[in-house]
Amino acid sequence: MAKKLTLDAGGIYYRQLNEQIREAVAAGATDIVLKNVNGQRYLAGALEGDLKFEIQGVPGQDMCSFMRGPKVRVKANAQDGVGNTMDDGTIIIEGLAGDVVGYAMRGGKIYIKGDVGYRVGIHMKAYMEKLPTIVIGGKAGDFLGEYMAGGIILLLGMFSGMPAEPIAGRSLGTGMHGGVIYVRGGVPQEQIGPGLTAQPLDESDLAAIQGIVKDYARELGLDAKAILASEFVKIKPFSHRPYGNLYVPA
Amino acid sequence: MLFQPINRNYHDFSIVRDKDLCINCKVCIRQCSYEAHFWDESRQKVMHDNAKCVGCHRCEAFCPTSALLIQKKRSDFRDNALWRPEFIKYIYKQADSGGVLLTGMGSPVNIPVYWDKLLLDASQVTNPSIDPLREPMELKTFLGAKPVKLEFSKTKDGSPKLKTRLTPNIELNYPLMFSAMSFGSINFNLHIAMARAATELGICYNTGEGGLHKTLYQYGKNTIVQVASGRFGVHRDYLNAGAGIEIKVGQGAKPGIGGHLPGEKINAMVSETRMVPLGSDAISPAPHHDIYSIEDLHQLIFALKEASEYRVPVSVKIAAVHNVAAIASGIVRAGADIVAIDGMRGGTGAAPGMIRDNVGIPIELALAQVDQRLRDEGIRNRASIVAAGGIRCSADVVKAIALGADACYFATAALLAVGCTLCAKCYTGKCPWGIATNDAKLAKRQNPDVAAKKLVNLVHAWGHEIEEMLGGMGLNSIESLRGNRDKLRAVGLSDTEMDILGVKHAGR
Repeated sequence: MAKKLTLDAGGIYYRQLNEQIREAVAAGATDIVLKNVNGQRYLAGALEGDLKFEIQGVPGQDMCSFMRGPKVRVKANAQDGVGNTMDDGTIIIEGLAGDVVGYAMRGGKIYIKGDVGYRVGIHMKAYMEKLPTIVIGGKAGDFLGEYMAGGIILLLGMFSGMPAEPIAGRSLGTGMHGGVIYVRGGVPQEQIGPGLTAQPLDESDLAAIQGIVKDYARELGLDAKAILASEFVKIKPFSHRPYGNLYVPA
Repeated sequence: MLFQPINRNYHDFSIVRDKDLCINCKVCIRQCSYEAHFWDESRQKVMHDNAKCVGCHRCEAFCPTSALLIQKKRSDFRDNALWRPEFIKYIYKQADSGGVLLTGMGSPVNIPVYWDKLLLDASQVTNPSIDPLREPMELKTFLGAKPVKLEFSKTKDGSPKLKTRLTPNIELNYPLMFSAMSFGSINFNLHIAMARAATELGICYNTGEGGLHKTLYQYGKNTIVQVASGRFGVHRDYLNAGAGIEIKVGQGAKPGIGGHLPGEKINAMVSETRMVPLGSDAISPAPHHDIYSIEDLHQLIFALKEASEYRVPVSVKIAAVHNVAAIASGIVRAGADIVAIDGMRGGTGAAPGMIRDNVGIPIELALAQVDQRLRDEGIRNRASIVAAGGIRCSADVVKAIALGADACYFATAALLAVGCTLCAKCYTGKCPWGIATNDAKLAKRQNPDVAAKKLVNLVHAWGHEIEEMLGGMGLNSIESLRGNRDKLRAVGLSDTEMDILGVKHAGR
């Protein structure tokens, strides 16, 4: 089979579509364009290796769940559950995304141009060389980075369709015990979870942000300089064992 | 000692040392991981601190001269039916610390044990009983969705051929499985032991939510891999390693709350398997944050089916709670192939005491209601039911199956088989029996070969007993007992309880 392949997803149920994709990958396709996608779930789910996907249309829930390796570009908006428990790979969303992006993701990158919904980056992890990264170009709903155990969330607040909203919803980083959340331009204290504060950056933070922003801007055709032309703050856990002293033996 | 805590002397156990028998050999000192025994340099003899004793009986078991006796210490508070000693002690501890009361193992509280109120039938004269020692007896169990009907076509030579496409099932030689205990909550020696025992027996063990160490992938045919809210060690290889995937929504010992493996228990190997940093707490959120509804559950079930290419059944495990029948119906409609229900007496490595002892309902009532509800709705064939939470013996298994279970999970009994004494201090990570600990010195007290042998022995013994009970009822297959409540009678239960259980009173 040719390495490049275009599949018309129009009117095909997700189960058949994913089966076709798996068959194509098994037959050697590495560069797949999905046309007329309209809400089909689990696209690129649990796929492994150096594969490329371009998704035209709006993909359905749990896109790229359990994925390890592929690079997926969505030319439109995405729904909930993008990158659920993802292991590795890159997801680029040229529009906005729904709730629960990157739940429990362990590695890889998710770049979203616009806004995201609630509970994004919940329980992100990091392990050994794996350092998951989520960049949100717009604003985020409540509970961004809740229970965060590792990785990096970068919230820009620039390309938002919600001018009246704060840059992040309430309970930002609640219960986080690892990782770091960077916010461009700062975030009101009342939006941040208990025990956490927005702190100034140090040199290593700045270097990390610059590296991520350059990559993000290149992938989405944005101006990295304009993104970096602002102060950032960071939110880090106050302990890697936030509930260590909660209990007494009965 | 003016400033000693009020509860310093209200400990639970006393160590009684027979002075004539004790030879000061210090075995007790070496065995006790709580340092209750110590060498007194000035007196040149072994002494002990009763307050540190957890009642695990390790020293008593190992004392070469039987000089030790571990006894309950009766702190003689004035009798009070309301303010029983445990409540008095709880208050002293919480007043000192401000802490949430933490416990381990299943609830010890006196909630009715319905297994004890149910009696089994046997054949007399008619429908003769069967002797399993000499006649075939089928315990084989298949877990997963079953078709509504079977269709056949004829081949050229006229013999029938199955036309219906069957969905994947888990094949078990016994209606039993070792329930989920994560690697981390118990140590690797016991995970190897469970994996080997399950393989030898032709049953399954459940990984729990701590991932699967790469050296255990070879036992995949006898493994159910669990996916809980923390998603520790969950990735595509893991999801494809086992004979089934289980979504853990709830646990009987702590319905409605998450898990919390303390940093102390996260050593290098646990960290590698869970894929989390060394020494950092491994926190499982109370809900799965991608499941807020039955529709969301459907989404995760099918995300897992897609990830495993529909090769294995997906189970959903919930705690037995008030509306369990309606919830189970939703779970089956969401596409689960197995519903595992964990009753409130189920064990745990750590749970807040108030939750463990007060939240949830007994498995017997939940099981009967779930089976009935799925039958009433005509969807019982779409999923198997696995009962868990307080299965103590083979008769409990037989009764559970008669109430509608396809199989039972058991874990506390498996731990007892390898030496656990239910001291209920699993959360300290200091288990003197080498079970709920990742301390290398303690963990090596469990030899995987010996532990596997004990687990195999236990299931063999239960298997024989189940066969005897089935044979006595004139049944030669466990399938004939499933949901066969006519084989059960109740003693001393109210009309409401019998109605919920769907059984008649003994004598009827």
